[in-house]
Amino acid sequence: MATIIIPTPLRKFTNNTAKLNVQADTIAQTVDELTGNFPDLKKHLLDDNGQIRSFVNIFVGNDDIRDLQQGDTRVKQDSVISIVPAIAGGRQ
Amino acid sequence: MSTQVTFSKEELARYNRHIIIPEFGLAAQQKLKAAKVLVVGSGGLGSPVLLYLAAAGIGTIGIVDFDVVDDSNLQRQVLFGVNEIGKPKVEAAKARLQALNPHIELVLYNTQLTSQNALDIIKDYDVVADGTDNFPTRYLVNDACVLLGKPNIYASIFQFEGQVSVFNYTHANGELGPNYRDLYPTPPPPGLVPSCAEGGVLGVLPGIIGSLQALEVIKVITGVGEPLAGRFYIFDALNFESRTFNISRRDDNPLNGKNPGITTLIDYEQFCGVKAVEKPVKEITPAELYELQVKGEPFQLIDVREPHEFDIVNIGAELIPLATVAEQADKFHKDIPVIVHCKMGGRSAKAIRELEEKFGFTNLYNLKGGILAYIDEVKPELTRY
Repeated sequence: MATIIIPTPLRKFTNNTAKLNVQADTIAQTVDELTGNFPDLKKHLLDDNGQIRSFVNIFVGNDDIRDLQQGDTRVKQDSVISIVPAIAGGRQ
Repeated sequence: MSTQVTFSKEELARYNRHIIIPEFGLAAQQKLKAAKVLVVGSGGLGSPVLLYLAAAGIGTIGIVDFDVVDDSNLQRQVLFGVNEIGKPKVEAAKARLQALNPHIELVLYNTQLTSQNALDIIKDYDVVADGTDNFPTRYLVNDACVLLGKPNIYASIFQFEGQVSVFNYTHANGELGPNYRDLYPTPPPPGLVPSCAEGGVLGVLPGIIGSLQALEVIKVITGVGEPLAGRFYIFDALNFESRTFNISRRDDNPLNGKNPGITTLIDYEQFCGVKAVEKPVKEITPAELYELQVKGEPFQLIDVREPHEFDIVNIGAELIPLATVAEQADKFHKDIPVIVHCKMGGRSAKAIRELEEKFGFTNLYNLKGGILAYIDEVKPELTRY
């Protein structure tokens, strides 16, 4: 199963779990499963149209899904998926 | 240019450990001395950046900060000590850095970087190091650097996570690397990420991340090594894991994509939605609150800080932390004035807006400047934090 790394600011929505495993073939399925399991994550990852928010980046391995096939990017058993939101520092 | 740079005997002794590195040598040290670096923000990230850049012998360092040293800074802002509390950060920084290295020049900007002054300040520098703490200034620094063609060495921290990249860097082959807007086209709307007092940061983290930022400044100036351009480094201190991602330029970047729409600096508060949420709330000053207390007039006082803050100091208010305000709305009186406070006034304003919008309250007043202002003006014997 692919591994998803949850960033610190979003861990409060995943019961403080930093790494999760998902059974999915694409990034879109991965996000679906993730937000299905943790509904509070949804508004942090997706906009009202169900698109990945523009201040959240998703990487498969070392590559940005925007440089791959976006939501259609294939996910393999050994893929490591990182969710990396923008952070600005102390005074957000 | 750098070949004309010379060193005194003292400087040669000082920089000896740089000069004897084969890949570095006198030539790289000359480039450092000839360089002008602007450090935006002299806080958690700016502290290690400034200390290492000054120690390394950057010839001219500009420092932009409008803040004064506060005791709550000292947990991470290692430039400052207790003697500097209350002093402007740029002045405290200058004293410390000049003592560390008298051979460099420091230029101070005791002001907030704004759309009005940013181009003027940044244009005189070769490299910018962004160590600011909020989204509007992040986008401002990025856009100004792109418009002026300056490399922007970026670092950011939150709680246990750090990010570093080198933006707007022109490689030796002339190819330009991505900038912040390629990585994050728009900022999160206010309120979706926790604010400073709720979020926090582990003090040593900016030390680690700021040191990496200083490293990249030095690499960009000297041309030694491969700068972190087109790459994005993240560090998770909790799990001690780091990753380096590949990032690219985007055709839809409004600054330098296919159809750039931004040709000058914009209103970044508005861009980040900061202005939009700041619907004014009614306020009461600490002196006015004290008057109510002395006269014994009916009112309710609510504290929306966290319990651990309440334990440090409180002024006899009922504690209803911001996150629980909506579910405890029935505890707010509707028939007498309700004064809401937090540490500095930001969270209590949020609480008031939420209660007004969701429940139609009209009797809520924000304590201006929060408990800190109340302590300063009315009860100086209480603990500040």
